[in-house]
Amino acid sequence: MPRQDAAVRAKNFKEVATGYTPEMAAEEASRCIQCPKRPCVEGCPVNVDIPEFIKAVREGKMADAVTVLKNKNALPGVCGRVCPQESQCEAKCTLLKQKAPVAIGRLERYVADWETKNKASMPPGAPLPPPTGKKVAVIGSGPAGLTAAADLAKKGHRVTIFEALHVGGGVLMYGIPEFRLPKEIVQNEINFVKSLGVELVLDAVIGKTDTIDELLNSGYDAVFLGTGAGLPMFLGVPGENANGIYSANEWLTRTNLMKAYLFPTYDTPLHVGKKVAVIGGGNVAMDGARCALRLGAEEVYIVYRRSEAELPARREEVENAMEEGIIFKFLTNPTRFLDDGKGWVTGMECVEMELGEPDASGRRRPIVKKGSEFVMNINTVVVALGTTPNPLIAATTDGLNTTSHGTVIADEHTGKTVKDKVWAGGDIVTGAATVISAMGAGKRAAADIDKYLTSL
Amino acid sequence: MTKLYKILTAKTLVPNIHLFLFDAPRIARKAKAGQFVVLTKDEKGERIPLTIADSDAKAGTVTIVFMEVGKTTRELGLLKTGDSIMSLTGPLGLPTHIENYGTVVCVAGGFAVAPVMPIARALKQAGNKVISILGARNKELIFWEDELRNVSDKLIVTTDDGSYGRKALVTEPLKEILENGEKISLVVAIGPSIMMKFCAKTTQPFGVKTIVSLNPIMVDGTGMCGCCRVSVGGQTKFACVDGPDFDAHQVDWDLLAARQRTYVEEEKQAMENWQCQCGKHS
Repeated sequence: MPRQDAAVRAKNFKEVATGYTPEMAAEEASRCIQCPKRPCVEGCPVNVDIPEFIKAVREGKMADAVTVLKNKNALPGVCGRVCPQESQCEAKCTLLKQKAPVAIGRLERYVADWETKNKASMPPGAPLPPPTGKKVAVIGSGPAGLTAAADLAKKGHRVTIFEALHVGGGVLMYGIPEFRLPKEIVQNEINFVKSLGVELVLDAVIGKTDTIDELLNSGYDAVFLGTGAGLPMFLGVPGENANGIYSANEWLTRTNLMKAYLFPTYDTPLHVGKKVAVIGGGNVAMDGARCALRLGAEEVYIVYRRSEAELPARREEVENAMEEGIIFKFLTNPTRFLDDGKGWVTGMECVEMELGEPDASGRRRPIVKKGSEFVMNINTVVVALGTTPNPLIAATTDGLNTTSHGTVIADEHTGKTVKDKVWAGGDIVTGAATVISAMGAGKRAAADIDKYLTSL
Repeated sequence: MTKLYKILTAKTLVPNIHLFLFDAPRIARKAKAGQFVVLTKDEKGERIPLTIADSDAKAGTVTIVFMEVGKTTRELGLLKTGDSIMSLTGPLGLPTHIENYGTVVCVAGGFAVAPVMPIARALKQAGNKVISILGARNKELIFWEDELRNVSDKLIVTTDDGSYGRKALVTEPLKEILENGEKISLVVAIGPSIMMKFCAKTTQPFGVKTIVSLNPIMVDGTGMCGCCRVSVGGQTKFACVDGPDFDAHQVDWDLLAARQRTYVEEEKQAMENWQCQCGKHS
């Protein structure tokens, strides 16, 4: 798939990958052998009918391809960009054993983008079933909430999504940067969900403006919690509150949601030093580092305590980051932050690590090398160690069971919590994971909620 | 944007300090003394936290008071009755803990008479004897004197330059009250950080519990970003969800002051850029 040149794209917020041309899409679609076993569908957490949509692309029936895709997936433009297809549908592709799997994700993106450009030539969607008269409150408008809302609306239930921020989309808006997921695409897909009759209420912080029990007592028949994992983790080392040290959530929210990269046209500022260190090795760390480059930093480091092999980020994103000139400091762990005496961070004391025996996660445990302390001179730090669920909902809802990590306990297959009429799915249950796994959870919960509502 | 919050009344209380009465029933229904809202003027605006100065659940209204300090608040100051803003979220933060303590002192520095009002009223309603101190730089900047007097058993007004009331900083009458021998069970001090810091220093030798409402920079206001982290008793807290009220004697005031200065340069740039674009306002 064509991409902007690394040197050029490292200076702008436009999308890195520019997408297939019609010829490329047709050629890639013709590689699919339409095998009867359809292993790719099993590999998809929302069970998109992959061979069918690819067949439609091959035959040039683009409107059909859109319909097939959207039948199962309300957010194809998002998934086509940020799903880790290499470990899901494409990992199951029959062609994988011979050569490369069919590029399902890229085709999905191509179809979604075709729809955006050709809205007018799309036939009207299937009519919605008659209203059931049942009301569902969905808390959070991220991938889990949007998916659950769309599926429930398609069953005729009246769905209201409550979103705490002033824009819908959750992590798709505040977290994932414009150059990986243009915000216009997210808003288009939210508009699609709204077109199914879903109401989106912004600025509503559930737990503050209303509690879950108040919603249930005010006429909602069921509640789905899809509030994600919004609480940032810090290192807990001395000096971490110095100016210039950001959580990845703050760094990305200022950049993406509030558009700090367009300051002062947009009002939200961000202080970007010449040398930026991003702590962590996941997709969020890659996003934070690549934002730093685009915001004008001269040197950007990823500081990770394990080695390259253990990086939890998608390989594609690591490669993108390396190409763009991000410097990786593996086996390095910060122990203390230094400041200039006026409160601004100037350096980071680190230790070198080595890998020992595998830990509970199966990855080799990093161990401090004795006497390896050294100082990195930096002006900005982004802490991307991961997130845990915001405790607000759990703290204000009686009868909801949570783990010691703050995640809500819910049935793996149905999303049902121990609390009557309440389901949950996505990062609030699993801790920080992927967009598509949250969507899968939203879908499973919607099916179970529908079953429950129909039985009433 | 679909949701607009209408300003039912916009008025300038004293130079550079404005009041907005918002139509915001969802917030008004739940708002308690000490809580705040996050306000965003329009699509390009920043999210700024402002303490709720008053709320009326029946009328569905919320009152906020703000001072012009930077580009955003200057722009807000131009809004008039009938205008709308894009986003208003709340009530956020933990309410001030209200109980019958006995005798309490409420100290309001500058425009902080606005956030102090609902707390003083709630304390009064809970049966406390409320002594209030209202301080400002000069006579011109004093507002809500009568309102605060109405919810207080006693009100002391001070100005830095002596143009009205007593010529003193708020800490002087505060110290005298503490020295007078009447048992003071609680001091609530809200105002600029420096004022809150010195109120804390004043009450500390007397061992009187002192609550301050901290005002660090925030973004989301719901515990998501950690921008508002403060150090209280050596522990990092998020002012938006763990506060904004904290034990004044435990607050790391230097850290708060440093973090509040994070965007001094950018704020200047935003102001200059705005004044260039809107020559008419410069």
